[in-house]
Amino acid sequence: MMKVHTPKKGKAKRALEKRAPKLVETGKKTLILQGTKTSGTLNAVLTEIYHLKKGEAVRYTRKNENIRPFESGGETSLEFFSLKTDCSIFVYGTHSKKRPDNLVIGRMYDHHIYDLVEVGVENFKSMESFNYDKKLAPRVGSKPFIAFIGEGFENVDELKHLKEVLLDLLKGEVVENLNLAGLDHAYVCTAISSNRVYLTHCALRLKKSGTVVPRMELVEVGPSMDLVVRRHRLPNEGLRKEAMKTAKDQPKKKIKNVSSDAVQGTIGRIYIPDQKVGDMALPNKAKGVKRERREAKKKEASERASKKQKEESE
Amino acid sequence: MAMEMENQKPIQVDLGHLLAFNPFHNFPSLPTSRDELVKECLEEGTKLVQAVADSLFNLPSTEDVDGPLVKLPPPTTKLPREKHLPKPKPPTKWEEFAKKKGIKNRKKDKVVWDEQTGTWKRRFGYDRVNDDKDVPIIDAKMTDEPGEDPFAKRKDDKKKRVEKQEKNRLQNLKQAAKVGALPSHIQLAATALPITGTQAPAKKVTKDELGNVAGMAATSTASGGKFDRKLPGEKPAKKQGKHRKFLPVVEGSGIGSREKEQNDNVLNKLISKHSHEILNVGKAVTMYNVKKEKKYRNKRDQEGKSSSSSSKLKPKKQINKKSAKKGPGSAKKGSSSSKKGKAK
Repeated sequence: MMKVHTPKKGKAKRALEKRAPKLVETGKKTLILQGTKTSGTLNAVLTEIYHLKKGEAVRYTRKNENIRPFESGGETSLEFFSLKTDCSIFVYGTHSKKRPDNLVIGRMYDHHIYDLVEVGVENFKSMESFNYDKKLAPRVGSKPFIAFIGEGFENVDELKHLKEVLLDLLKGEVVENLNLAGLDHAYVCTAISSNRVYLTHCALRLKKSGTVVPRMELVEVGPSMDLVVRRHRLPNEGLRKEAMKTAKDQPKKKIKNVSSDAVQGTIGRIYIPDQKVGDMALPNKAKGVKRERREAKKKEASERASKKQKEESE
Repeated sequence: MAMEMENQKPIQVDLGHLLAFNPFHNFPSLPTSRDELVKECLEEGTKLVQAVADSLFNLPSTEDVDGPLVKLPPPTTKLPREKHLPKPKPPTKWEEFAKKKGIKNRKKDKVVWDEQTGTWKRRFGYDRVNDDKDVPIIDAKMTDEPGEDPFAKRKDDKKKRVEKQEKNRLQNLKQAAKVGALPSHIQLAATALPITGTQAPAKKVTKDELGNVAGMAATSTASGGKFDRKLPGEKPAKKQGKHRKFLPVVEGSGIGSREKEQNDNVLNKLISKHSHEILNVGKAVTMYNVKKEKKYRNKRDQEGKSSSSSSKLKPKKQINKKSAKKGPGSAKKGSSSSKKGKAK
């Protein structure tokens, strides 16, 4: 008999269930890694992205020489890492003469590459270089505001794609209830030209205004950089359709003959078919009362009588 | 959700993601200095964040320990999922049967009253209520056979029940796997389930075996697999066969003449093979021993089989054995014996 050894209970089972596909998904984990050659600025960029996403990111510090996301064979390592760490977004940094300070931001569907965006980092300013009142510093794990400015994000294909990927990367956990006291940071992305985006991270200062809504003030705290879009790969149509499916897409089955009223509540309709009184079976039939039996008895009696007559005549 | 501002330029707000998008802003001329650019970006950013905060703080909020809690609406921008939608599990055989019969699941207690000891014992596990092991005496029934051990029989029954249950569990899993809805913690071991009707477990091919097979297939091509297109991640084939070792061109002084040694070895081998005078003592001794053993064995066989074997076979055997000692004589004798067989 084949024994299928699987964890049935305890920590191992809980860990596997965490990784299982769910109906409603929580935030995606990010994998941050680098190629064979990195520059100083690129290292700083990667570490700062990791700090921004501390709770839900995995940082690999070794060099990976066989990862080439845009080539057909070079993504097997990435898919393997994604499977092992259960990460669905990755940020891969490399530096070369042709593509200096290169970041490839990609997403996975079912641990296979879904789409990729390649950007170059310019004019990078790290978190340490900003001077601000330390009391404003944003806490790890708080949900950020995200602002996109510029018509480029609407008109240019690459910037549209970059907008979607940045949203996926920067939004935190998907929550239903939000504590308004814990809002303390915002990301601002501005499309400066048709291939350049200025991304910066700011802390929020809420000032008292007359109404319930406080007045927002942005103070630059975090890393700020210029992203130059180099290459991108959109997902193919079939894969995109499948990934965009949600549980709510199944149309709710309409229950027939049920309606609800404000006054009376739920009302149902019952349809009764026509009663065929003649064909219905009568209940409580006494054995001797049944017509067939009576008739059969009569017939028998008459037959016997006729037989006797015949015998007598003979 | 769109919000109208005073100057009729709507900003798109997605409260579920705390996202604000202004698709109408553009830089007619890039600001000259970096600081100007940063300032303008921050200004625009402030406006957008303010727009989101406006609608956010106007949501109905409940008071919590840390602060006001709001229920966010579901997000409007659709983002792709990271894993596929889980498929619903097909009902197991028992579940189908229970549904048909209308059997409902009853909640059972963890401890049950044990009449025998007069205590509360567990329903299952260590020291349980109706344990098979605890039964001291089993009364004999009329239907029992005299030689049968009832305790062993009970054990066997339990084993059979457990096996049956395991088989049913695997069948249920196979059904689920057919639909594609294995439970998450069994996903990885799915390859171990036998697909065919036989009970043979699927042979697991190791990494090395796969590599060897690929290498073997490669060497069968005309160019030895050198120009074959490789799969992503495939390593180049390992070199098979003997690794030839060559002597260094210039020998050092302290090592001694390796080339001379090599030549001597070769010459000795050649000479010894083709000379008939030189005696290989070891070979001669083994040959003599083998002959002696055979002779001894024959003598014993003869003494043992004299009564059972027929007279016709006996002399035939002796002839064959004698011919093994003399080289050229054996061929003749062999043919004569075969003739005899034909005549029969």
